[in-house]
Amino acid sequence: MSLTVALNHAFAGFTLSARFDAPPGITALFGRSGSGKSTILKSVAGLLRPDHGQIRLNDHLLFDSARAHCLPPHRRRLGVIFQEDRLFPHLSVGQNLRYGAWITGQGMERQARAQIIEMLGLGPLLRRRPGGLSGGERQRVAIGRALLGQPEMILADEPLSALDEARKAEILPYFERLRDELHIPILYVSHAPAEIARLATTVVALQDGQVLRQGPAREVLADPSVTPAGVRAAGAVLQAVLTGHDPQDGLSLLDAQGLRLFVPRVRAAPGTPIRLRIPAQDVMLSLSAPEGISAHNIVPARVQQIRPGEGPGALVTLETQAGVLLARVTRRAVRKLDLREGMQVYGIVKAISLAPEDVGAPKASRSGL
Amino acid sequence: MNSPADWLSPAEWDAVRLSLKVAFWATLLSLPLGIATAYALARGRFWGREWLNGLVHLPLILPPVVTGYLLLLGFGPKGPFGAPLETLGLGVAFRWTGAALAAAIMGFPLMVRAIRLSIEAVDRNLEEASATLGAPPIWVFLTVTLPLSLPGVLTGAILGFAKAMGEFGATITFVSNIPGQTQTLPSAIYAFLQIPGGESSALRLVGISIAVAMGALLASELLARRLSARLNGLDA
Repeated sequence: MSLTVALNHAFAGFTLSARFDAPPGITALFGRSGSGKSTILKSVAGLLRPDHGQIRLNDHLLFDSARAHCLPPHRRRLGVIFQEDRLFPHLSVGQNLRYGAWITGQGMERQARAQIIEMLGLGPLLRRRPGGLSGGERQRVAIGRALLGQPEMILADEPLSALDEARKAEILPYFERLRDELHIPILYVSHAPAEIARLATTVVALQDGQVLRQGPAREVLADPSVTPAGVRAAGAVLQAVLTGHDPQDGLSLLDAQGLRLFVPRVRAAPGTPIRLRIPAQDVMLSLSAPEGISAHNIVPARVQQIRPGEGPGALVTLETQAGVLLARVTRRAVRKLDLREGMQVYGIVKAISLAPEDVGAPKASRSGL
Repeated sequence: MNSPADWLSPAEWDAVRLSLKVAFWATLLSLPLGIATAYALARGRFWGREWLNGLVHLPLILPPVVTGYLLLLGFGPKGPFGAPLETLGLGVAFRWTGAALAAAIMGFPLMVRAIRLSIEAVDRNLEEASATLGAPPIWVFLTVTLPLSLPGVLTGAILGFAKAMGEFGATITFVSNIPGQTQTLPSAIYAFLQIPGGESSALRLVGISIAVAMGALLASELLARRLSARLNGLDA
């Protein structure tokens, strides 16, 4: 099950030219606004007809300019989650959820339906009307509506960007569950690195209509030459396991391939796999193991690469036992410490600087604490 | 309770009944066409769209007597449309059905305009969402566009009805002023004003005209308000 996209489309300002595969799991189209990611999503959904190319989902040909073939959106069997929830205001929540089944005459099995409604916590809302719901509730209904149409693929177009921080935190875990429990490809458009780091299995980084790089999320996000959202948003992702909590200090302890890391309290049980994004901005470098320092996380590392930026900063790639880390320091610091590739250094990460949205516990909502 | 026949003369009562009948059928039969035309004008991208728009609005701008005369030429017993209808026994000239046709054409621009505005106000994003959920275009229209533009459809129908009740120029030119056959409320008022001592009849009919018009407007306002509360997705 996968989506294959190859397309070219000319706009007034620039040309979009993209080619990528989206396997099951979440494939994130990552880039700034105007990089062409929404155009790709619309092309896959059938809401925009690109100039040239081919789009294939499993063995369905959705679009092929060579054969002048373009399946209309209603025949593509895709579940689209838009930036705005786009709920039908004249229908109740229950009617919105049943809309796809009602239109296509293909109802879902009662049990599968009940499961989705339960997973998204929509039971108490069924009789309500969309106008009376909160932003988070509305987006949950929109997710449910897309799923209940029994799509062969989910398309999500910046589904969290219209929500405030608290609502984002409410919805993110649902996408993690879709990724882990639904075995269909999910194409997820976003410009927020924290979201991508938490959700994506595959990342397609876009800049000015071109694919900068694509591949497994960890590799693409750790590549210092790929910063589609700007160097300020750069940050590597580590895979870790939750080993315990320190209730007194409100911290949790993670183990990333033997590396112990303290992070702000994670609401999950020990043993839970955790994805941790460490923003490059929040990593300091030291030549010797620092002592008498407030930061908890001191990571022995080897400098792999130093990339001076256009401004005063430089992006340093560090090789650690837990994987690749990125550190953003000044060029002045590189000079003063005389940093060179291959040097032994210590990366210092303040536990408190790791924001909750950087720490993802896939099944947090289920296991509780 | 007194029936209206007790305080209206048979001739006055005939005019009221006829006008209601004419306006009812004119509105009912032109509504589907009005919705289709409004949709084509609001969402269609086709050659001749501006011409269609002009044609629809023409009766609003032309002198009604011109519209009536054109109807007479086209649908008169010897007209290109009238003659075949006549042989089928469906002739409309000088019959109440002709009055309904004239009223429908005169009310059409108002009806289409109201419906078109409300179709244009429907969020196209919702139509896209409906399509991605598997709805072919006709279902998108029937389940999203049409329900969401119902207030405008209602307003259009009421305006069309009110215009049909009051249509005078085209009607009297096309189907004349035959009591009991084609003498609608405005024609009857005109006729009563031509005869000595007819003022009291005319005044009673004027009162009825005002009452019907006012009632229609109030009813549409009330219904539209209820509808939009529902359509805005608020809990009942």
